[in-house]
Amino acid sequence: MNPGMQAARQEALKAALLSLLILAVLLGIWHLATLQPKAVAAPVVALTAEQIEYAKLMGKDPASLAANAATGTSGKSGFPTLSQMGVAIARNLASPFYDNGPNDKGVGLQLAYSLGRVGLGYLLAALVAIPLGFVIGMSPLIYRALDPFIQVLKPISPLAWMPLALYTIKDSAISGIFVIFICSIWPMLINTAFGVAGVRKEWLNVARTLEVKPQRLAFEVILPAAAPTILTGMRISMGIAWLVIVAAEMLVGGTGIGYFVWNEWNNLSLPNVIFAVLVIGIVGMLLDLMFARLQKAVTYVD
Amino acid sequence: MSIEFLKVEGLGKTYPGSSEAVFDGVNFEVAQGEFVCIIGHSGCGKTTILNVLAGLETASTGHVFMDRREVAGPSLDRGVVFQGHALMPWLTVRKNIAFAVRSKWPDWGRAQVDEHVEKYVALVGLASAIDKKPSALSGGMKQRVGIARAFAIQPRMLLLDEPFGALDALTRGTIQDELLRICAETHQTVFMITHDVDEAILLADRVLLMSNGPQARVAEIVKNTMSRQRQRATLHHDPQYYRIRNHLVDFLVSRSQDLSHGRAPAQPLEASPGLIEPEPLPPSTTHPTVIPLRSIA
Repeated sequence: MNPGMQAARQEALKAALLSLLILAVLLGIWHLATLQPKAVAAPVVALTAEQIEYAKLMGKDPASLAANAATGTSGKSGFPTLSQMGVAIARNLASPFYDNGPNDKGVGLQLAYSLGRVGLGYLLAALVAIPLGFVIGMSPLIYRALDPFIQVLKPISPLAWMPLALYTIKDSAISGIFVIFICSIWPMLINTAFGVAGVRKEWLNVARTLEVKPQRLAFEVILPAAAPTILTGMRISMGIAWLVIVAAEMLVGGTGIGYFVWNEWNNLSLPNVIFAVLVIGIVGMLLDLMFARLQKAVTYVD
Repeated sequence: MSIEFLKVEGLGKTYPGSSEAVFDGVNFEVAQGEFVCIIGHSGCGKTTILNVLAGLETASTGHVFMDRREVAGPSLDRGVVFQGHALMPWLTVRKNIAFAVRSKWPDWGRAQVDEHVEKYVALVGLASAIDKKPSALSGGMKQRVGIARAFAIQPRMLLLDEPFGALDALTRGTIQDELLRICAETHQTVFMITHDVDEAILLADRVLLMSNGPQARVAEIVKNTMSRQRQRATLHHDPQYYRIRNHLVDFLVSRSQDLSHGRAPAQPLEASPGLIEPEPLPPSTTHPTVIPLRSIA
């Protein structure tokens, strides 16, 4: 192994250690913030006999109630402790795909619904955006003609389309897909057009002198030349789609990881909400990583 | 051998928004199997002329005929080696050349394409680098791949746009030798732009001298009076070499300027430095045909 590689490895190891340290600190803060004070040995505030009786009637332990009254905390802080979180994670991971009816599905199943919606909406967007981007990139006339529309439509929040989608499509599931479609189309469209318009003139001239047919020109010259830019757009689109799906599912309800978050909030089950938030983050990261790989595969050194 | 394989008639180009033509009234011919170099100062439109010959650009006036048929667009009959190699960086050397070969012979099988590609890669001495991407090659190697690609489609005419401009002197010399050898083997017709007078003398059978722009023209055609078996190593020992060289340099340094704005003759004058007029005329030996030229202009 050469010294350069060794140095790089050491650097990576140090970074990993530092990451672990930061994680430990964060978990420590969490632990301290949710720490339940130990019951004080002797209750400072004495409860009246009626109060003790009432507490017993309500199924509560009068001793701890008194302790809480003394320290000014309620029985539950509301925010889960690390151990409660661990239990929730274990429970969710133990059976991710159970289905006990509309409001009680495993997180894996909900995730599958969300990924399905994102995948479908994203695929439809790619099918429209990439060919259209090709046309726009090739023809300055069409670029100019479509530019005002793109500029106006691009900044619209995808959720703003939701009422119109629900009204016209009359199906919440398809409306969700439509929202993903409309939010992922712009980065792909713009990047494809930009990449195609930026293909080096000399490569096109080589193809022209070789009398390359249009179809071959598109697939063997322009597409590989513009692929890194197109994939950048696809990566951005996927990031946005994953952001939007959670919000859309919260709005529409029914299924999906976004709905899961909202449903667990309604159940006041914060451990499940936190778990779902983590899952959303990790899945988003994996999707991005996948596109980073693809991007690396099509990038060329000039 | 046909006398006029390529014929250029009254070629002119005026770019939109410009009042004066970059060049106009450009006339010359190239015979089959001939190696022709064109020299001129920057901005006289050499690259535009080459692009018109390639069919990549259209001229404002005039015509180009190849084999008595007008050139009206790019064609596999004319291979081009571009100034900046123009290889596709996402393809290996093999695939870059295969791309060209499949364009010329779409019906060929994989093995046939591969065999053909390997033959031409070997011709430019890059067999060991055949599966490398252009980014892993040096500038000289890239330009060799560009040359191999142009030769691989076996064009009837080869157009080279200052192919060695960006290379260092040593690399340039080696590739010049290779080009000379390949052209001798294949009897390739070549039209080449260069800025290098020595390169022109080494490679060309005839050198077209362009006057300065605007309204540049091919003012003179200089015959290379040296033997075709010339070699780079011994070139400068031939007494003819300096006569030709002086003639070319004199033109570029002093005369090309005076011939701008269309003052060059419509039909280029032919010069054979050191042959037509023998040595004993000391003052005019270097440019024997200059005197009539002035009177015409």
